[in-house]
Amino acid sequence: MQRFINDPNLVVEDTVKGFVKAHSDILRLGQNPRVIVAKDAPVAGKVGVITGGGSGHEPGFMGYTGKNMLDAVAVGELFSSPTAKSFHDAIREANGGTGVICLYGNYAGDNMNVKMAVRLAAKEGIEVATVVANDDVCSAPPHEREKRRGVAGEIFMWKIGSARATQGGSLEEVRAVAQKAIDNCRSIGVGLGPCTLPAVGHPNFQIEPDTMEVGIGHHGEPGVRVEPLKSAEAIARDMCQIVLDDHNLPAGTEVAVLVSGLGATPLNELYILNDTIETEISARGLIIHRTYIGNYFTSLEMVGATLTVFALDAETKALLDVEANCTMKL
Amino acid sequence: MQTFKNNSAAAIVLTIADRIVENRAYLSEIDGKIGDGDHGVNMAKGFGMAAEQLKGQDTTLGQAFEVLGNVLMDEIGGSMGPLYGVMFTEFADKLKGHDDVDPKVFSSMLHAGLEGIQSIGSAKVGDKTLLDALVPAIEAFDGAIAASRSFDSALDALVEAAETGRDSTLNLVAKIGRSARLGERSLGVLDAGATSCAIILKEISIAAKSRLH
Repeated sequence: MQRFINDPNLVVEDTVKGFVKAHSDILRLGQNPRVIVAKDAPVAGKVGVITGGGSGHEPGFMGYTGKNMLDAVAVGELFSSPTAKSFHDAIREANGGTGVICLYGNYAGDNMNVKMAVRLAAKEGIEVATVVANDDVCSAPPHEREKRRGVAGEIFMWKIGSARATQGGSLEEVRAVAQKAIDNCRSIGVGLGPCTLPAVGHPNFQIEPDTMEVGIGHHGEPGVRVEPLKSAEAIARDMCQIVLDDHNLPAGTEVAVLVSGLGATPLNELYILNDTIETEISARGLIIHRTYIGNYFTSLEMVGATLTVFALDAETKALLDVEANCTMKL
Repeated sequence: MQTFKNNSAAAIVLTIADRIVENRAYLSEIDGKIGDGDHGVNMAKGFGMAAEQLKGQDTTLGQAFEVLGNVLMDEIGGSMGPLYGVMFTEFADKLKGHDDVDPKVFSSMLHAGLEGIQSIGSAKVGDKTLLDALVPAIEAFDGAIAASRSFDSALDALVEAAETGRDSTLNLVAKIGRSARLGERSLGVLDAGATSCAIILKEISIAAKSRLH
């Protein structure tokens, strides 16, 4: 394995240590070393906003901790949900006395651990609301949207929910707008090469040379089809078609576009994809309000990219434009 | 009636941990075929940590289950942390106050573990999860006792049913968890959770049998 690691079993510990050293101006380590906390959290009177998820998606999830962003983030093992204890401790760190919202992704482990953490917090008198992200179009058909996974659309859910909390929104107001944000996000991933958990030592799925997996998940979950690798232009068109057909937005709708690398794809290729993505989106009469390009939500060293299209209205557009200070440009 | 002692039986948990650690690569390998390949890694980490805490301690089986359950719940995360964490803490709860474990106590322990799992997860038998090993194992144990078979023989029935249940997952389509996204492509592969569950149930049964008197 050509990787920068010390002990394969301590990858997350070592990552967190370096992360906290790098970003001490905006965040700190919680009482629980598996919780990252915004420097000023908890803010008295403000609804606390938290998330949590497996590691290996950096800068997801902890990189979105910060001012006007997430108050606390629970950190799990690589590709594995944080413990109920870590989610619970994140809730405590974020609690400013007016309730806490947990905005997380739809995975079996996260669902269980969040459920247990909410029970534990309720026993202490902390009111916790949840919104679960399900923006990954290829993970289930439209009529089973509740089964879809949460992927990069979570970033928009966090941004919108956090901005509303900053503006003094109540727990219910924050919940409603975070739900609206994720309801208006659709994402798709395309994988060109697999990734390896260091402690496992070999890729746990294969993508044969000169093929690609359309609809791949953030942990290598198989997509809807495997097909010969095509040009960036053809791939970008397919990604737009899958996302926009599912979205079915009226012309004139304003959107935010996020093109994220999955870890091992060079940035320039994301721009190559975006060239076509912008053309395709505009051709459907949609108006691009903002575009985000970069490694916003990765899957270790997977080769591939995701596209997220977030349909805006006046409220979410204004909240998206609220300035935030986290490790990523939002 | 045959019973085994709850006291000084923490070694049972150490042998379960040994088997899980031995099967680290195997469990990850089968998980990798339809999941993300970390089942063995996470299980070995959790069971290994619990074993470290228990080594040299003279505790009851119930106390040892509690240590194991808490480590899994507080340190492991994922899906298996809370599921097995809840199972073992419920096991511990039901052994409390019993010096001698008879078939009735043993059965109530298994049922409490199952109910704990069902209170946080939404899987059913046939969804290709650990329940496909656990549920038939409990039924076989209860059935054997109801048919007036000995504790010893009921434990054999439990192991056999757990392994048959585990093998049944080969022909099941995953309905929950990461492998559910595969649909039909999950056929022909054992479920890692059912496999680790069968290992755990077998070790508990072998250890209990060797202690029956």
